[in-house]
Amino acid sequence: MSDTALLVARDLTITGPAGDLVHGISFALQRGGTLGIVGESGSGKSLTCRSLLGILPPGVSVTGGSIEFDGRDITALGYRDWQSLRGTHISAVFQDPGSYLNPSITVGKQLAEVLRVKTGLGRRAATVRAVELLASLGLRDPALVSLQYPHELSGGMLQRVLIAIALCENPQVLIADEATTALDVTVQAEVLDVLADLRESRDLSLILVSHDLAVVAQVCDEVVVLRDGLIVEAGPTARVLSDPQHTYTRLLVENHARYGIERYTSELADA
Amino acid sequence: MPDTQPASETPTLLAVADLTVSLGHGRRRAQVLRGVDVAVAPGEIVGLIGETGSGKTTIARSILGLTHIDGGSIRLGGTDVATLTGWRLRAFRRAGIAQYVFQDPLRSLDPQLTIADSVAEGLRVRGGLERADVRERVAAALTLVGVSPALATRHPGELSGGQRQRVAIARAMVLEPELLICDEPVSALDAANRIQMLDLIQHLRDARGVGVLFISHDLGSVAGITDRVAVLYRGRIVEQGPTAALLTASQHPYTRLLIGSAPTLTGGAADRTRRTELREQLAAIETG
Repeated sequence: MSDTALLVARDLTITGPAGDLVHGISFALQRGGTLGIVGESGSGKSLTCRSLLGILPPGVSVTGGSIEFDGRDITALGYRDWQSLRGTHISAVFQDPGSYLNPSITVGKQLAEVLRVKTGLGRRAATVRAVELLASLGLRDPALVSLQYPHELSGGMLQRVLIAIALCENPQVLIADEATTALDVTVQAEVLDVLADLRESRDLSLILVSHDLAVVAQVCDEVVVLRDGLIVEAGPTARVLSDPQHTYTRLLVENHARYGIERYTSELADA
Repeated sequence: MPDTQPASETPTLLAVADLTVSLGHGRRRAQVLRGVDVAVAPGEIVGLIGETGSGKTTIARSILGLTHIDGGSIRLGGTDVATLTGWRLRAFRRAGIAQYVFQDPLRSLDPQLTIADSVAEGLRVRGGLERADVRERVAAALTLVGVSPALATRHPGELSGGQRQRVAIARAMVLEPELLICDEPVSALDAANRIQMLDLIQHLRDARGVGVLFISHDLGSVAGITDRVAVLYRGRIVEQGPTAALLTASQHPYTRLLIGSAPTLTGGAADRTRRTELREQLAAIETG
């Protein structure tokens, strides 16, 4: 794998109490690149993400292969080392943003708290920085949003708040694990735009995990298709979509060709 | 409202007109549907698309007489469902002209009942059939949806997600309904099962002539399977018409925004400037 790779998994095997869940997969995230991981529930995509963050559930562990970040082997880090890596270098957002926030504290305070603890800012500076961060994510009236409670915000706004929290320490890699799945399609488009923007403005490398090939196609240059803990296909997104080799990838593409909006949008494009 | 023509030539199976519904109590009471018109002809698949909270499920519940409505009429077959109360409403439900298929088949099937008992429940409630007849119809319904009758003695927990969703449809079809209301029938399914489920719904229409109200937030499924689409936005139908016409020449900014936001394999989501324009148009309509 080339020397521009920032995050590399080599022959990664993840094992649970009942046996192997991810069977020796390899992929690389390029510096400033976007990698999509596509798969259905049970494909091992979330476990793969979690292994990159050092947050595998109890009883599940990496039993083979390696994970390298910026040339350093991070497969067997201890608790302390992960603490210093997670957030500062590799960060993540997940599905259902509401469940990660305290419902009885304003989102501005929660964001400022992370800033104070993680970056050592003073109380006042953290409050100012929190509003700046919210503004940088395209939230209209960020000062008002920072004073609101999670239940007062929509799903798309909450996900932006979570992205803001994930970006507190200027990480190099952001992992978005089904981060737009629970959102309405119009809001999903906005959040995908935000992610694409961040990649540009912050020189962020992005891993986008989704069950939907089309979502990945909006943002990612490279894609890895996972099934039952194995990579069935990998390559540049455009190639995989136009010329899928594996039956499973073909099935995903067929889903859109037969029951998707594609046939109408291509008519639209022709018109 | 542009383009509202519930096919006047074909007899309508379902005709919802000027439906208004409020939910909640006291100061929290809010109008969730405002003058909704939707029609489904026999053998027609009509998509109802809208975002979370737009009122899709409330329309479905109203058709089944599960929600008190403020005004409007809901004609199903020859009956105005909205005026039914008490035993008339119960008799109407027992007859099973309209059947509902829920999103989550794991929760809509009783885990304690065998597949056969679940599917037979509606027939038993309706009554008047011999045991052998019930068994025969259950087997026929399972075969219709592509589930082996050999699985009839199993429990829902022993079936895959796709099989469970099929059983949920068999449970509806066993009563030989004229209208099937499918509320997000494919949202919880993986790629392979999604295709099969959409194929099945089309097959039911072709083989049984059942009318389908297909409720979804997923424009892709709606585009692929429906004859007509109604777009619901904040409790109002903002646009409806034949699927191809609606998707290629939509008039309302919300419909255009929906289409422009849908991720496609060709990366075909409209560019951001276009979406921002549409959002502004939409905001202008709301304030103006």
